[in-house]
Amino acid sequence: MLSSYFQQIIVLVGINMIAVLGLSILTGFTGLFSFGHAGFMAIGAYIAAIFVARLHLPFWMAVAAGAAGAALVSIVIGGLTLKLKGDYFCIATMGFGEAVRIILNNIEYVGGARGWESLPQLTSLWVVLVLAVAMVVITWNLINSRHGRNMVAIREEELAAQMAGINVFRYKMVALVVSAAMAGIAGALLGNYIQFLRPTMFNMVKSTDLTIMVIFGGLGSISGTIVGTIILTVLPELFRNFAQWRLVVYGLAVVVIMVGRPQGVMGGFEMTPSGIRKHFAARRARQALEAELRAAERESAA
Amino acid sequence: MTQFLQQLINGLSIGSIYALMAVGYSLVYSIMNFSNFAHGSVIMLGAYFGFFSLTTLGMPFGIAFFIAACGAGFVAVTLERLAYKPLRDRRAPFLYFIITAMGASILIDNGVIATIGPTPKTFPPELLPSYLQSGSIQIGTLGIGRVDIAMFVITAVCLVALILFIDFTKMGKAIQATAYNMKASALMGINPNFVIILVFAIGGALAGVAGVLYGVKYQVFPQMSSITLKSFIAAVFGGLGSLPGALLGSLLLALIETFVSGYISTQLRDIFAFFILIAMLVIRPAGIMGKSAEDKA
Repeated sequence: MLSSYFQQIIVLVGINMIAVLGLSILTGFTGLFSFGHAGFMAIGAYIAAIFVARLHLPFWMAVAAGAAGAALVSIVIGGLTLKLKGDYFCIATMGFGEAVRIILNNIEYVGGARGWESLPQLTSLWVVLVLAVAMVVITWNLINSRHGRNMVAIREEELAAQMAGINVFRYKMVALVVSAAMAGIAGALLGNYIQFLRPTMFNMVKSTDLTIMVIFGGLGSISGTIVGTIILTVLPELFRNFAQWRLVVYGLAVVVIMVGRPQGVMGGFEMTPSGIRKHFAARRARQALEAELRAAERESAA
Repeated sequence: MTQFLQQLINGLSIGSIYALMAVGYSLVYSIMNFSNFAHGSVIMLGAYFGFFSLTTLGMPFGIAFFIAACGAGFVAVTLERLAYKPLRDRRAPFLYFIITAMGASILIDNGVIATIGPTPKTFPPELLPSYLQSGSIQIGTLGIGRVDIAMFVITAVCLVALILFIDFTKMGKAIQATAYNMKASALMGINPNFVIILVFAIGGALAGVAGVLYGVKYQVFPQMSSITLKSFIAAVFGGLGSLPGALLGSLLLALIETFVSGYISTQLRDIFAFFILIAMLVIRPAGIMGKSAEDKA
């Protein structure tokens, strides 16, 4: 069927997508920025690995436990940090992510800093595809539900949302827990696919990568998140021959998109029939307005 | 007792380097309200500038030091002009600044890995002045490294100069005014663009000095920029945006670290640093000396 290299890229895209979709709920729709999501991935990955390799439990149980573990930790972290404003929430999550990595470095039971080799390969292409599609559907439904609209309201104007009777803290917590659980699933799948875990895999650069994918695709757009994940996962693979330069290109791409097109590749635009209709309707309206303005200008000139 | 004093000296020497780095974070934060994560890369570039002007260009150490400071300052200002200014003009939210800074950091770090290579470089001792040579001065049973003393003195000179500059010159007052309220000070005739360039130049120059000192004490390598994360924690610990806070935070963090690694365990050192960070954010997010941030809704 597909060549194994191609399959591998699809699996990596799928795993990244699960984590990035979760982060998109937190960042794109609720407006909270995390630089520690690799920490949640690490928790999911190591719990799943313990379940599979040490306790010899079935794979699905390991993935579920990874998600649950990450979610539980996120409740504690959220309780401590969700009341922090702006920059400080970012910094706190960054501290959390690094703390997880350094703690894992020191636990010999899971391999410590040397890493944990020869895990079984239980994640298959189909598992990843099914889970990724399921996550897209879940995210889509969450965002288009009452809860999702509350989250968007918090992103747009926290004070106003609170005045309108939305429990801001609770919805921030829901967003954080859901995104952490999805990061946990992604981590669990990753460890059981590449068959080794090393704490440095989950450093701050990884957390930043996830956030960059969300922003690159466009904040507040699920299809943007999907497109952003695909582009930014495949791009470094394309440049694999220039191994040393690929991260240079990556960094440059991030700066250029932030400076040149801050709304991201998709910029809030959803690639659905209704989204496309809305997009064209807005374009027509803009053109009509411009034509009207030009006509008015001609009139005043005459 | 000897061990205690020895740890104290180590802590002060590391803390002084942290302080030089943390000041750069804090200065930029005080004006622009965002954490400039590209600062670590500027420190790293400064170390390389110093290294190559000393070895390849064969400059005397003093001039190499000067080139490192100027070069790093120039890089910081260029970064501001190319990456942050368009964002400022657009009034982008602080997050875009952080992401841009991270992207720039990835770009610079990997650019250095791709061109110069990842292998660490050591300052050749024969090219260093005698006060930066390895070896120590014995006072009783206490051995104080010459590098440590030199680092402490150079840092102290730089920081005293900075504080005098900020408190007693017109430009320094302009920085203070802009940090207090950018719009109001712009109405009083202080050009915010000029102040921002000034702040990046000062922060970058100090970063160059810090980079060279770090490189002399340890080594020069591309991953230096992530090690400087510690100095960022120090800045948060002391209170982002406050210069005395950055100094105090750096010294405290370094002392805590050296005592933890000296008396408890080396592995716990880094965990401790991050726990202090989280604990501080939970208890008092504004840091030791910072003003508590008001929610500007």
